[in-house]
Amino acid sequence: MQPDIQPDLIVDVVGETCPIPLVEMRKAVLKSQKGQIIEVKGNHLPSSKEIPMAVDSLGLRLLRVDENPNGDGIWHIYIQIS
Amino acid sequence: MQKMTIVVHSGDLDKFMSALIIGNGVLAMGGQATLYFTFWGLERLVKGKLEKAPLSRMNFFGLGSLMMRRKMKKMGVASPRRLIDDFRALGGKVIACEMTMEMLGISSADLDTSLIDTFGAVGMYVKETETSDKTLFI
Repeated sequence: MQPDIQPDLIVDVVGETCPIPLVEMRKAVLKSQKGQIIEVKGNHLPSSKEIPMAVDSLGLRLLRVDENPNGDGIWHIYIQIS
Repeated sequence: MQKMTIVVHSGDLDKFMSALIIGNGVLAMGGQATLYFTFWGLERLVKGKLEKAPLSRMNFFGLGSLMMRRKMKKMGVASPRRLIDDFRALGGKVIACEMTMEMLGISSADLDTSLIDTFGAVGMYVKETETSDKTLFI
């Protein structure tokens, strides 16, 4: 069991497909401040691979990717603004 | 930071959606993007025509497009309206081609100017590409 991460902002993109998870993640990043943590949760599988790529391109910190922790097909990605 | 300029030449749903999705992807990943709407692509900026796009293949007089839009909605694929709104909310730029307007007899009053940042012709496209790393023609 990994320790809980307390996000400052949760972006819920469950049911949304490409490119909306990326777009909503970007909007959240734009309104966040340095050090803040964003949790993005969704169930569009390709987006769970793309968000870490975007995090890299944006120079942010990828804290953790939980692929399907609750068995409901929902992934959770934790990003910190650096 | 990368910059991409996309010429939206086609007004077909599948191609126009590709341009919007790629444009949004570039912006979401920290780049800059410009969409240059020309020829049949410009038709999508005419008032009330954003969502009324045919398919490039298997359109069947609009039935194919209708079925595709229904399927997209069911699958949670964003509509052209949402994609263009997101594109602009993330700082994307939309240029409407003035030469196409003259050629197709479209006036600025016919266009949904809430979707357009600026009007221009080939010179403006060339200026955009001077500062772009990549350009696509869709």
